[in-house]
Amino acid sequence: MSRFEVKELCYGGFGPVSFALQTGERIGVTGPSGCGKTRLLRALADLDAWEGQIRLDGQAPQAVAASAWRRRVAYLPAESQWWHDVVGAHFAAAPAAEDLDALGLDAAVLAWPVARLSSGEKQRLGLLRTLANRPAVLLLDEPTAHLDAARALAFEALVADRGARDGMMAVWVAHDPEQLRRVAARGYRMAAGGVWGEVASWA
Amino acid sequence: MGVIALSWLDILLSALPLAALAGAFAWQRLGLGRAMLIGAARTFVQLALVGFVLKGVFQNAHPVWTLCFSLVMLGMGTWEVSRRQHRRFAGGGTVGLAVLGLFTAGFTVTVFALLALVGVSPWWSPQYAIPLLGMILGNTMTGIALGMDTLTQSAWKQRAVIENRLALGETAGESVAELKRESVRTAMTPIVNSLAVCGVVSLPGMMTGQILSGSDPLAAVRYQMMIMYLIASGAGFGSLLTIQLCASRLFDGRERLRLDRLLEAPK
Repeated sequence: MSRFEVKELCYGGFGPVSFALQTGERIGVTGPSGCGKTRLLRALADLDAWEGQIRLDGQAPQAVAASAWRRRVAYLPAESQWWHDVVGAHFAAAPAAEDLDALGLDAAVLAWPVARLSSGEKQRLGLLRTLANRPAVLLLDEPTAHLDAARALAFEALVADRGARDGMMAVWVAHDPEQLRRVAARGYRMAAGGVWGEVASWA
Repeated sequence: MGVIALSWLDILLSALPLAALAGAFAWQRLGLGRAMLIGAARTFVQLALVGFVLKGVFQNAHPVWTLCFSLVMLGMGTWEVSRRQHRRFAGGGTVGLAVLGLFTAGFTVTVFALLALVGVSPWWSPQYAIPLLGMILGNTMTGIALGMDTLTQSAWKQRAVIENRLALGETAGESVAELKRESVRTAMTPIVNSLAVCGVVSLPGMMTGQILSGSDPLAAVRYQMMIMYLIASGAGFGSLLTIQLCASRLFDGRERLRLDRLLEAPK
């Protein structure tokens, strides 16, 4: 069993935020633009300064190197960046063919130049690139904003599959209540200023 | 045999073509004449001052005077490095990095040359120490200024890429490794180019000066070779060191990119 626990987390003037995740569990987070959702994910990945308590299986981020923490608690930014010329150069090991297929990506996509990728392809490849680190917690920031409905469902299914298969937990930030209802058992709403509260149902 | 001395009247005459050029610029409405005349005036005043000070320092050779002159050059070099940055570290970090790079690389290389190569006695003789240090510091300064500016500017522009790399579990060093290499290359380009064309396309000023003052061309050439090697290593080690330290300042202890430490320089 693994457990991701956040208590009284404050970051950049937002918070306090508290929640806990068990093996394979996902929570949704929603709220108006600028309320601190992205900053929350960045703080959880230790990319921004924060105060309070974060624990993964009882371990605090400070107990390990920042780079090691970010492999375990992995932030998937809304806009993924691609700095090499060829797609495949961004992957230490090529993603499994069935994962490419599950996301509707061309089997030859790794050999493509980055310039050929659409925003939607970048989002799906960004997910595979982050999953390659086999994170314990995945932090998703509006991950399907550039995907059509069918592709978004495939994306959600792959994340759910990792939850069932590897016990991967997830914090899913999105605006769409329909999607949050599908991907997360529980949810939180942030009001302006980062005021944090559990929601009874996605409205 | 000494050099044929120029009188102050000769200097005035040598400025005549420049005055004609300023007239031509004004006629073409290039808006350059004023800046050029001010620059020419600065050249006159600055060099005259340096000439008088050096004359005094040479006549009263003393390690303290050599040291003072060296520190003034270090200060001017630091100021110039800082002035050439588009973004500077808050809290004087840029000045600290510049002093450290210039001092460590420039002074080490100069002292090495004075002790091991020139072998003048005493080793701090201003006639050798000051021109050598000046040439080495000048080139180290250019390298450090270019390297730091390239690194901070490219980190600023590539913030999203660096943070995405960090999010994927790269260390701070890995996430900017390519930017650091690019910065060192940029810092070293001028000096590598001048090594390549030295003597073919350009006759370096120091060598020209020695030849004009009657030195044997072969002796002058050997000095110039030494200088070229020294300024290349000064600029190289100076920029390697500064770029390394500058890159680590872009991150905090938790390997977070801290571009908030960089302030845009006022225009």
